[in-house]
Amino acid sequence: MAGRKQSADVHQKIRAAFDAFDYEANSTVDVREIGTIIYSLGCFPSQKDLHDFIAKVEEDHTGYIHLDKFLPAMTKVLQEHKFPPISEDLLLQAFEALDKEKKDYLDPEELTKYMTQEGEPFTQEEMEEMLTALADHRNQIHYKDVVSQMTIKPDK
Amino acid sequence: LRVVCIYLSMKKSMKAAVLIQRWYRRYIARLEMRRRYTWNIFQSIEYAGEQDQLQLSSFFSFMLDNFTQLNGNGPDLISQLLDPLVDPWLDRETCYNQIHVPESYTGPRLSFPLSVSDTSALLSAFKEQQTLHARYALQLLYETKKLLKQMPNIIHLSTSYIKDITICGDLHGRLDDLLLIFYKNGLPSADTPYVFNGDFVDRGKKSMEVVILLFAYLLLYPDSMHLNRGNHEDHIMNLRYGFTKEVMQKYKTHGHEMLQLFQDIFSLLPVATVIDGKILIVHGGISDQTDLDFLSSIERHKVSGNKAVDLHPPPLSSLLQIVDILWSDPKTQEGCSPNTFRGGGCYFGPDVTQRLLLRHGLQLLIRSHECKQEGYELCHGGQVITIFSASNYYEEGSNRGAYVKLGRELVPRFYQYQVSRSTLRAAEGSALRALKEKLFAHRCELMAGFLQCDRNNTGSVSVSEWAQVLESVLRLDLPWRTLRPHLTRLAPDGSVDYPSCFEDMGPGNPLPQVAPNLAETLFRYRTDIEIIFNIIDKDHSGLISAEEFRHTWRLFSAHLGVDINDRAIDDLARSIDFNKDGSIDFTEFLEAFRVVHKLDSKDQHLSGKMDGEKC
Repeated sequence: MAGRKQSADVHQKIRAAFDAFDYEANSTVDVREIGTIIYSLGCFPSQKDLHDFIAKVEEDHTGYIHLDKFLPAMTKVLQEHKFPPISEDLLLQAFEALDKEKKDYLDPEELTKYMTQEGEPFTQEEMEEMLTALADHRNQIHYKDVVSQMTIKPDK
Repeated sequence: LRVVCIYLSMKKSMKAAVLIQRWYRRYIARLEMRRRYTWNIFQSIEYAGEQDQLQLSSFFSFMLDNFTQLNGNGPDLISQLLDPLVDPWLDRETCYNQIHVPESYTGPRLSFPLSVSDTSALLSAFKEQQTLHARYALQLLYETKKLLKQMPNIIHLSTSYIKDITICGDLHGRLDDLLLIFYKNGLPSADTPYVFNGDFVDRGKKSMEVVILLFAYLLLYPDSMHLNRGNHEDHIMNLRYGFTKEVMQKYKTHGHEMLQLFQDIFSLLPVATVIDGKILIVHGGISDQTDLDFLSSIERHKVSGNKAVDLHPPPLSSLLQIVDILWSDPKTQEGCSPNTFRGGGCYFGPDVTQRLLLRHGLQLLIRSHECKQEGYELCHGGQVITIFSASNYYEEGSNRGAYVKLGRELVPRFYQYQVSRSTLRAAEGSALRALKEKLFAHRCELMAGFLQCDRNNTGSVSVSEWAQVLESVLRLDLPWRTLRPHLTRLAPDGSVDYPSCFEDMGPGNPLPQVAPNLAETLFRYRTDIEIIFNIIDKDHSGLISAEEFRHTWRLFSAHLGVDINDRAIDDLARSIDFNKDGSIDFTEFLEAFRVVHKLDSKDQHLSGKMDGEKC
């Protein structure tokens, strides 16, 4: 009983997120918005995770994703906690790992090097945006402050 | 060993980088989502507000229909309410040259015919927050009216002698946006022609300055400067959305005469522009009845742009042609249906566009009328462009403005701008405040809905039920679950503590003794009531007689079908007759029904800005 009501709520949640990007009101969204939708539902997929997910739900390379395919796939993701959130502590540790000199902040050049060369690299646009958002007036990224400001608390 | 250490360290860095990238991408996506929801809130409320406008128009019709009954039954409200509309074509008495301009006035002293030094002087003056003296403003308006009388309904332009034409959308009294456009694109001149596609006034605080500049350039370069009429170039809209108030505040002595001139001028503005016989520019849109040949032939000055009352109504077909042009919106569904949100005009589909373009040998429709997040938007397979030039329209950071340029090859190029970048937080805060006000204004109905789900009166309902009640009472298509954390608290068991919806809001001044559902009606229709009071108060003194108050209120509630008994109204009138002299200071009265947010007292000043100018 509780299970059924819960999944109805989950479906509603997914639908609401989907609808925000369904501009033509025909139950489809542009594939490029899928990342935003999934993130907004509280998940933290990597780029690779996203690509795999999209491959499963995209309508034969049309560039669109239909709600009919998205809903069951996303429900599974949520129910299985597939892309769990990153805790504040873990994030802090990550920044500390990049701060080789242990100065408690990163220079823009340092951060840029890691973000654009390692892992799933940022585009130049993403990098510029990140620096604008995170650097303070001394042009340093004090990651301890940044992390606490920007970590989104789970919906209470 | 050292190699291993370096290797491990590199691996660790890579893992760290991946983590940070993932987190950051998600953060940005969340921001984007919040921007979108904020946008949805503003749009929904705006359209709901426009729906209220329909109420006002039909109220006037209702009043006119009941005219004969009112006659001899108390004060003659109708004739007071509706200035017998003087034919705008007729010349009004002029005496601006008898107005004395004091030595101490340091603003522009215009000389007609205008020259570039006059327009430069106006630009400098307005940048310095100066006001143009009434004597010159009036002459400017008289000259503008004279010029407009010579113009046809549809202006035909050609790109053969000029490089590019710039087309701008709604400005809504945003002087900063107009100045930014002039800065980026150049001042209007023989080499820099412009088309301004309506809605120059209302909502923004500098409608007067915007319209003075536009008219000045029109007089200076009548062949390069072109103005289309918008749905806000209309005296009823001006009453509601702030232009009338702005004029009366800036020009206490001559404001009335100016407003009459504006009424004439607005009705004399051309309604469409066509470029090279290929591109049609109108403010709102089209309908399946739109016929450009017919449109060219009607007497546009006889047609109000609103379905409000004309004492000498024009033939219905003429009225509808103009209303459709000024009020319609494009939609993705095919066909043509009445535009229920706006209360006038249509929703027109891609097939309607296609047919019209084909019929008149056109290739593109450029229109405005709807605010777009990026300042512009294409639809109907690229055959319709919406262009909107008031950035930050709803709030700081809500949207960009844009203008479009066309060269001889008639390929549109878009230019975007935003007057000031600001945090999402400000826009979001403003949207949420507006939404909470809606909740508060519908409190009785909402509580009734909640109690239906909560028979045992526990004070909580499930999230689904909460969302359902809101949806059905407010009829705003919003993601309620996502907004829930901003609007209400959860009880310990995860259900919604619905009384907390109304917690942080309350009335402005202490409420006069008033029954709850009357109070709620007053909150909801506050703006409409204000408009009616403003009309009754001919000398703009802020006072009306208690008798007029009673009478108006009875009519309004009869029209709304709101069940308020006479006794309640009489008590109300008596209680707010503060001076006991039979006259009511309605501004003070209405203050009590302005919703105030208890938690941000410093924003009381802000909510004043929102209320009078947004709606």
